[in-house]
Amino acid sequence: MGILEVKNVNKRFGGLQALGDVNLSVEENSVHAIIGPNGAGKSTLLNVLIGKLIPDTGSVSFDGQSVLGRKPYEICQMGISRVFQTPEIFGELSVLENMMIPIFAKRDGAFRMHAVENSSNEKAIIEQAEHVLESLNMADKRHFNSASMSRGDKRRLEIGMCLSQNPRLLLLDEPTAGMARADTNNTIDLLKQIKDERDITIAIIEHDMHVVFSLAERITVLAQGTPLVEDTPDNIKGHPKVREAYLGESA
Amino acid sequence: MLGLHKKDFNLLLIVVVLAMLAPFILNPFPENSGLAQFNAGYPDLMQKFVIFGIFAIGFNILFGLTGYLSFGHAAFLGIGSYSCVWMFKLLGYSVVPGILLSIVTSGIFAWLIGIISLRRSGIYFSILTLAFAQMSFALCYSVLSNPKFNLTNGETGLQVYNNDPQYFRGEGSPNVPHFFGMEMNATHKMELGGWLFQFNTGYYLCAVIMVLAFYLSIRIFRSPFGMMLRAIKSNNTRMNYTGLNARPYTLAAFVISGMYAGLAGGLLSAVDPLAGAERMQWTASGEVVLMTILGGAGTLIGPVLGSGLIKYFENIFSKINDNVLHSWFSFMPDGIEDLMVTLIHPFVGKGWHLTLGVLFMLIVIFLPGGLVEGGQRIKRLISGKKAADETEDEATQSTPAE
Repeated sequence: MGILEVKNVNKRFGGLQALGDVNLSVEENSVHAIIGPNGAGKSTLLNVLIGKLIPDTGSVSFDGQSVLGRKPYEICQMGISRVFQTPEIFGELSVLENMMIPIFAKRDGAFRMHAVENSSNEKAIIEQAEHVLESLNMADKRHFNSASMSRGDKRRLEIGMCLSQNPRLLLLDEPTAGMARADTNNTIDLLKQIKDERDITIAIIEHDMHVVFSLAERITVLAQGTPLVEDTPDNIKGHPKVREAYLGESA
Repeated sequence: MLGLHKKDFNLLLIVVVLAMLAPFILNPFPENSGLAQFNAGYPDLMQKFVIFGIFAIGFNILFGLTGYLSFGHAAFLGIGSYSCVWMFKLLGYSVVPGILLSIVTSGIFAWLIGIISLRRSGIYFSILTLAFAQMSFALCYSVLSNPKFNLTNGETGLQVYNNDPQYFRGEGSPNVPHFFGMEMNATHKMELGGWLFQFNTGYYLCAVIMVLAFYLSIRIFRSPFGMMLRAIKSNNTRMNYTGLNARPYTLAAFVISGMYAGLAGGLLSAVDPLAGAERMQWTASGEVVLMTILGGAGTLIGPVLGSGLIKYFENIFSKINDNVLHSWFSFMPDGIEDLMVTLIHPFVGKGWHLTLGVLFMLIVIFLPGGLVEGGQRIKRLISGKKAADETEDEATQSTPAE
């Protein structure tokens, strides 16, 4: 039984069957990639996992608890962190402040009214935030305006913000989309480092095969809303069904 | 000092000094000089400066930090005013219970309106708040002032009559609003050379409260709570996926800023015990938006500067009539004098809104950060520094907060 269990999930948008009978099990402490051609239902599946969409039928459970019908912040508090396709960071805040907010959330829960304390007196939080920044090699950028950084640095910051909460499952939605080659490689290295250093499960949705094959331990191929095969990267590479799904029958 | 960083503390100090010395600073011209009409150091106007300063500081906690643009904040101002006058009618002329009640009632109303309005964001939130404010206006203007149940006294406005109970009014206590016996409208006049300086009790009470309100707003800006509010403005999606529930944060900001508005409304009644429904009209709500943007939304001192500027225009520019203009240009030949007066006429007197509108457009286009950004640019020009990474809102304006 995996840490994340998706059972018989169906989702229709009008006449379009976006997800049809999806079953998926992500093993704890593994890196599981979900790949598929455009329109395969990858993003829909992700939105179901994080509570943005509610499936028509089926169940999604994390560590034995259903995530369906919960609000995004509740799902996050269960231990699921999400990295978006375009980095979602607090652009108007400094890098250090960006890093402090998830640590506040981890300590104080969904809401706490500390309106007259001084945030620069929160030594423990700042220390922890700086520690994470150091592990990301971003300590020298702590007073930067986060919106002015490169795509790669924003991604790095976003991943750091997620990690600072010690999530059990990290969901990544095309983490290298729109990135320069060097930034892509940096991101891959960062994810490898995370995998080696922590007890964490990583589920990754990706287009870039280079990224998928450098990281994944298991791969699920989605096509037209249904899982086609699930196997190790080596077996996926030569799988005829996968070639067919990606390249069309004639290939 | 006082839990503030040096920069913030200096800013607070500047505000304290300006507020305390305002009767001098705002009266730069001798009494019988031609420029005396530009003096703003008379009690009525000085009171408006600080009271609307409080209103704008509170509005900025909502709009500047969370980005939620409320178009109905005047409703809380009006609710505060009515609450305060009712305390005068029922208890007596001491301003303390009135001001306290105005904060409490506006807080309750802000909570109720906030719960509903904050279900939406962006323009829909603005429209919802506007709708609530217009409903409040209609209620106060007509619905709640029928002979059977007269809560607001309709068009006439709520005021204190001789046959009101005033249960706790002490023997021999003043027959006007007072703060522990000090009459709000008492003014001490000091003549110094050609100058006339006026020190008004009501003004100083409001100024002290404004300083306290300003101090509290600095604390909120620098607190983790303030950081969360800025995070909501910056990226609500990330906020939710960080495990934080944005709703209670925005609601708390809305209630706090509603209470600031109520406090301002209560003070308006405390210095002049008459509350009318027109205080709740949408133009009044729009005015506080203008004040905040003009001064610099999201900055500490900006709203105070903005409210000062607008109230100055409203009271000083509107007094310049054709006679004044003719006397200014009397040194010119007749034809040119008439031409100048005709040209300037639309922008002064009753047309002061036109000047304000032009000024507002210029500031929004060329100084999106408001007067505070202007001040920072001037500062940088003087110190010769290039546009550094000073995007933070530490505004150290040295121009007087008129």
